[in-house]
Amino acid sequence: MKKLVFVFLISCLTFLSCSEDQDDKISQATITLSFSHHWDGNLVSNADFNTIKFTNAFGTQLSIERLRYLISKVTFYKTDGSKTELQGYNLVDVTNNQNLTFTSPTPIETGTYTNVSFTFGFNNEDNAGNYQDLNSASWNVPAALGGGYHYMQFDGKFINTSNQEQGFNYHAIRAAENPGDNPTFPQDTFFAVDLGAVTITNNTTFNIEMNIAEWFKNPNTWNLNELNQMLMPNADAQILMYENGLSVFSLKSIN
Amino acid sequence: MRLWKLHIILILLACFSCENESVDQYVATPYQLEIPKLFQDNILAPVIPVDNPMTVEGVELGKKLFFDPILSGDNTQSCADCHAPENAFSDTRKFSDGINGEFGNRNTMPLFNLAWNYDEKFFWDGNTFSLEHQALVPVADPIEMNSTWLDVELKLQQHNEYPSLFEDAFGTTKIDSNLVTKAIAQFERTLISANSKFDEYLLGQTNLTSEELNGFNIFMDEARGDCFHCHGSDKNPLWTDNAFHNNGLDQTFTDLGLGAVTGDPADNGKFKSPSLRNLAFTAPYMHDGRFATLDDVINHYSEGLKNSSTIDPLMKKVNQGGVQLTTEDKAHLKAFLLSLSDTEFVGE
Ligand code: HEC
Ligand code: HEC
Repeated sequence: MKKLVFVFLISCLTFLSCSEDQDDKISQATITLSFSHHWDGNLVSNADFNTIKFTNAFGTQLSIERLRYLISKVTFYKTDGSKTELQGYNLVDVTNNQNLTFTSPTPIETGTYTNVSFTFGFNNEDNAGNYQDLNSASWNVPAALGGGYHYMQFDGKFINTSNQEQGFNYHAIRAAENPGDNPTFPQDTFFAVDLGAVTITNNTTFNIEMNIAEWFKNPNTWNLNELNQMLMPNADAQILMYENGLSVFSLKSIN
Repeated sequence: MRLWKLHIILILLACFSCENESVDQYVATPYQLEIPKLFQDNILAPVIPVDNPMTVEGVELGKKLFFDPILSGDNTQSCADCHAPENAFSDTRKFSDGINGEFGNRNTMPLFNLAWNYDEKFFWDGNTFSLEHQALVPVADPIEMNSTWLDVELKLQQHNEYPSLFEDAFGTTKIDSNLVTKAIAQFERTLISANSKFDEYLLGQTNLTSEELNGFNIFMDEARGDCFHCHGSDKNPLWTDNAFHNNGLDQTFTDLGLGAVTGDPADNGKFKSPSLRNLAFTAPYMHDGRFATLDDVINHYSEGLKNSSTIDPLMKKVNQGGVQLTTEDKAHLKAFLLSLSDTEFVGE
């Protein structure tokens, strides 16, 4: 008997809902960020990993074996100066082809925005949090370097001056000096990536590109023979990474 | 139109389900997995498949099966013969021999914190997905328990206790490999190790010696040990990434490891990073048990690295064999590693 009442209720609901969603005005939109990767215009996926097939600005040949990075704080700015920050962060894992798209759990109001941005890595406040998913992914930075999380792990091999393959670990973190109980932080090395003005009328995907080659190019031509491993405790190297990172991302399209 | 069909189906379903209402679905007693505080605080929840919820009766049955040689062809070998509790469920021998005295080519893996292997890839080369599927393998492996599931099912079915134990756990006396492996997997998920000296230190219950503390710093220092990129940290109490790497053991490979599973030559020589918990009880080390002592392991990372095309890029100064730790650093690193051993776990 109870079951029949239930079916009746469901029926009513279904009929009611039919009339609803036709001309329902969407005033909220879901935002997705989709990440693709290239090397000076040539698309790069994990299928291109593990082979020496790239040449950086310095002229060094190299391979990519692992690439993952964190983005956070997707922020929408309005003309009146107010801003909306979307919840969540995303660990883009190119190696395992995971999280190449990120859809925020919080929707955004439709309308016109003067700028949209996301943060590469975590800002210092977010970096002080404890995140179970990131800990489970072994994404941490040692406490002696200030703790928190990696911004990027970019590992591979390059052909060194003795013509041998050698590993590199281009790991971007918050630059830290005086490792130990009281490390100091010379400057911030997370940064905001601006995607520009946009009018949101509907669910929207931002297609974002990373030119991996830029990490080695601009403004600092990166010499892997000198800077290849143990870069986490090297604050100067972290600042060079930060400077090069500023031109790595671009907006390809919005749809 | 489609909606009408749906309604008719719903109404039919409702009518059928009415008949069932009086039949009680058997439910065993739910088992509450006790999650250690450091796990609770720092890492994601354990993986418990929806189609194999843990129950008190299921865990108990799984434990009995794990220790029962009935699962082997000639009733002489149980899982525990190779996975001994006093060795953190591993084997002190380099290779374990199966019931015919034949040896495999891989060192027995210790069993703990398996429910936190989020990718659920088991064995040194990750060739088997999920604990349930894993438990199917040793029973039928000719160089392990060398039985057939048909035979095992028959023996269990004719046993004077098992049918009623399966009924308690799963609500049926009909025994099959599916239920046997479900029970074993439930038991394996209860094997939790989280009470080492280092855990107590993190919980503020004890202090480390200065050697152990310095060893931890070496472990976390990219310029010295740099072990944390693969083997966990104070924030990842599993002490493994459960991922696959070539840590520089060989120049050429007799065992391709992950490469044989994926068919990708870039995976040759890659094996799962083992947890560094309980090393005091799990010698010998590495997938083939090649190192008898922790000193051997540390010497390997310090000066014994062998180059190959798939060696992990995290390995440093490979052309010199490694980062050449000082004698003191080695001793401290070892002291720290041993502080990850959990005597309570092996005492159980
Ligand atoms: C003859 C010795 C032997 C017996 C008996 C045996 N095992 Fe194992 N076990 C091994 C070896 C060796 C490995 C590693 C094999 C490999 O990676 O190829 C292993 C691996 C495992 C793993 C994978 C752990 C991980 O972290 O990936 C599990 C789980 C396991 N065994 C459970 C069992 C169960 C359950 C039984 C009984 C049904 C059993 N074993 C019987 C030797 C044995
Ligand atoms: C690139 C990842 C990586 C790094 C970095 C790394 N390991 Fe390992 N470790 C592994 C892998 C993979 C294995 C298993 C290799 C095999 O058996 O073929 C392993 C095995 C071990 C074992 C053997 C455990 C067992 O139960 O057999 C110990 C001990 C160990 N590592 C300690 C360390 C220490 C100490 C450091 C730092 C000096 C370190 N590892 C750095 C990946 C790594």
